[in-house]
Amino acid sequence: MNQTLLDERGRENRRMLVKLFVVALAMFGFGFALVPFYDKICKALGVNNFIAPDAVQANTQVDLARSVTIELDANTHNLAWRFRPMVRHLTVHPGELAQIEYEIANVRDVPVTAQAVPSYGPQRAGQYFRKLECFCFTQQTLAGGETRRMPVVFLIDPALPKDVNTITLSYTFFEVPGTSKERS
Amino acid sequence: MSAVIDSHGQAHDHHGGGYGGIMRWITTTNHKDIGTLYLWFSFIMFMTGGAMAMVIRAELFEPGLQFVNPDFFNQLTTMHGLIMVFGAIMPAFVGFANWQIPMMIGAPDMAFARMNNWSFWLLPFAASMLMLSFFMPGGAPGVGWTLYAPLTVQMGMGMDLTIFAIHLLGMSSIMGSINIITTILNMRAPGMTLMRMPLFCWTWLITAYMLLAAMPVFAGAVTMTLTDRHFGTSFFNAAGGGDPVLYQHIFWFFGHPEVYIIALPAFGVISQVIPAFSRKPLFGYASMVYATSAIAILSFMVWAHHMYTVGMPVTGQLFFMYATMLIAAPTGVKVFNWVATMWRGSLSFETPMLFACGFLFLFTLGGFTGLVLALVPVDIQLQDTYYVVAHFHYVMVAGALFSAFAGIYFWLPKWTGRMYDETLGKWHFWLSMIFFNMIFFVQHFLGLAGMPRRIPDYPLMFETWNKISSIGAFGFGLTQLLFLYIVLKAIRSGEKAPQRPWEGADSIDWTMIPTPAPYHTFETPPVIK
Repeated sequence: MNQTLLDERGRENRRMLVKLFVVALAMFGFGFALVPFYDKICKALGVNNFIAPDAVQANTQVDLARSVTIELDANTHNLAWRFRPMVRHLTVHPGELAQIEYEIANVRDVPVTAQAVPSYGPQRAGQYFRKLECFCFTQQTLAGGETRRMPVVFLIDPALPKDVNTITLSYTFFEVPGTSKERS
Repeated sequence: MSAVIDSHGQAHDHHGGGYGGIMRWITTTNHKDIGTLYLWFSFIMFMTGGAMAMVIRAELFEPGLQFVNPDFFNQLTTMHGLIMVFGAIMPAFVGFANWQIPMMIGAPDMAFARMNNWSFWLLPFAASMLMLSFFMPGGAPGVGWTLYAPLTVQMGMGMDLTIFAIHLLGMSSIMGSINIITTILNMRAPGMTLMRMPLFCWTWLITAYMLLAAMPVFAGAVTMTLTDRHFGTSFFNAAGGGDPVLYQHIFWFFGHPEVYIIALPAFGVISQVIPAFSRKPLFGYASMVYATSAIAILSFMVWAHHMYTVGMPVTGQLFFMYATMLIAAPTGVKVFNWVATMWRGSLSFETPMLFACGFLFLFTLGGFTGLVLALVPVDIQLQDTYYVVAHFHYVMVAGALFSAFAGIYFWLPKWTGRMYDETLGKWHFWLSMIFFNMIFFVQHFLGLAGMPRRIPDYPLMFETWNKISSIGAFGFGLTQLLFLYIVLKAIRSGEKAPQRPWEGADSIDWTMIPTPAPYHTFETPPVIK
C-alpha cells in the first residue's frame, strides 16, 4: 500500500473516531436526560407521585368517632444503646396529628452510628401510619455517653380499616456497619 | 505467553519501540499481543471471580452461617458479578476481537493501535481498584452487581472505588468499540464486502455499536450515584426529591443491552465453529446478520422486564413483556440456522464443536427460562429467587463462557501454531458440562420453591439441592484448572499444528495466513475474490 493511500485511510479513521466519540458523549448526556424524561413520564401516567400531599389533605378530616390506641415499643439489636419511648401508649383519633418522644442514650464511650427500623403490628396497619417527622428517617450518630430525645410526628390515615383498634409501633436500632471508630 | 511469540522465531522489527521483557507487553501496539493480554487478563479475572464463587458455594453448602459473615457474603456476590461480567467475559471477547477481526477482514492491525494499548491497560488498574475496595473501611460494596440506589448512596468508601473502577472499565470498552467499528468499516481488504465478512466480525460490529450506546449511560448512572454521595445532588435520594427507581431504569437501560453485548460475540464464535465442524457454509448468513441487528435494537426496548415489581402501570408491564418475548423470534432464527447448518453436514466432534453443541443446548434452555421470567405474573413470584440465578448463569456461563472455550480451542492452533491435547480437551468439556448442570440445573428447583438469592443462610428444606449445587461448583472450579493446564501444555509442548487443522474452516485467517499467524499479517492487503 502506498503512502498517500495510508495517509488517506488514517484521516478517514480519525474522522470516524471523532464521530463515534461524539456518539459516546451524546449517550452519556442521554443518561442524564433520562432524569427529567422519567419525571415527565411519571407525571403523564400519574404514577409515582410520592410527594403528593395525601397525608396533609387527609388531616383535614379528623375522625372523632373512632379512636385508636398506639402502643410504643423500642429495641436495640447488638447495640449498646438505651432506647425507650417517653410514654408506653397513647390514644389518637384517625387523622389527628400526634407527637411522641423517644430517648436514646449511648452507654459506650465511643461515637456510634445506628439507624432505627420501624415495624408495625398488625403489619397491614403500617401503610396507614403516616409519619411527617421521624428519627428513623436518617442515621443517628451519638457521641460517647450522649443522651438525646427525639420526636416522631405522625397521624393515622382515616382510611384505617374499622377492625383495627390498636397499633403497635416498634422500633429497632441497628448499628450501621463500618461507621463505628472502634469495634466492640 | 512468550512461548507463543518465540515459536514464530521472528527476528524482524519489534513493536513497542523494540523493548524486551515486560516493557514489550506494556508498550505493545500489535493487535495479536493485545489480544493475548486481554485473554490472559480475562482468565486471571475468571479465576478471581471463580474463587469468590467457591466461597459463596461453601457458605451455602449447609444452612446456617459457617465461613463468612452476611456482610462479607454480600460483598462476595457483588464482586463475583462485577468481576465476571466486566473483568472476565467482556475482555475475553475483546481479546478474540483483537486477534481475529484484523485477520478475518484482511487488515494489518486495528485502526487505532495505540488507543488499543490504552484500552487494555486501563483494565488492570480498574480491576485493582475493584479488589482494593475489599480493604476499605466497611469493605467492598455489598449491594449486588446492579449497584442499586439507595444502598449505594449509603455504602462506605469501597463504593467510591467501585464507581471509579466502572468509569475506567467504561472508558476501556468505549475506546475498544470505537476501535472495532473503525477497523471493520474502514480497514477491510479490497473485495471484502460487509456481507462477505465472517459472522464473528458482524456480531462484533453490532456489539460495538451497542457498547457505544449503553456503556456511557451506565457511566452516567454511577456518576449520579457519586454526586449523590458527595456533592449533595438528589438523583436517587428520596429525601431530596429523587427516586431510587429511576436508578433502576437507567441501570437496566444499560444492563439489558449488556446481556446481548456479552451474548452476541458468543453467537459470533459459535457461528464460526459450527460450520467448520459441519463442513458446510453457515446456513442463512444474511438472516443471521439481520437477526443479530434485530436483537440489538430490541434489546434497548425491554429493560424494564428486570423490574416488574417496582410498581409500574400494567400497560408498561404488558409492553415490556411482549417486547421481551419478541426477542425470542430473532434468537430462534439463530438457533434454527445453527441446527440447519449441522443438518446433513459431515459432523465431527472435536473439543470446539463439543463446546459449541453444549452452548446450543444450554443457551437455548437459558433462553426458555428467560421466556418464563418474561411473563409478568410468573416473574412476580420468581423475582430475586434462585430461578433467576439459574437462568442468567445458563446464559452467561453455558452461553458466553462455553463459547469462549470453543473459541480458545478453535483458534489456539492459529495463534500458537500448536495443537491442544484432544483427549484432555474432551475431558474438560464433559466435566464442565456435568458440573455446570449440577450447579445450576438444581437452582431452578430452589428458585421455584422460593429460595431468595444473595442470602447467606436458608431454611433446612433447601439443603439437598444446595449441597448438590455446591459440590458441582467445586467440581466446576477444579475443572477450570484443567483448562489452564491444557492451554499451557499446548503452548509449551503441543504438537505442531498443520496449516489448516480444521479443514472445514475457510475464512481468510485460515486460508491466507500461515499457521501459526506471524507477528505481522496482511501488511499488503489481500484481494478477496
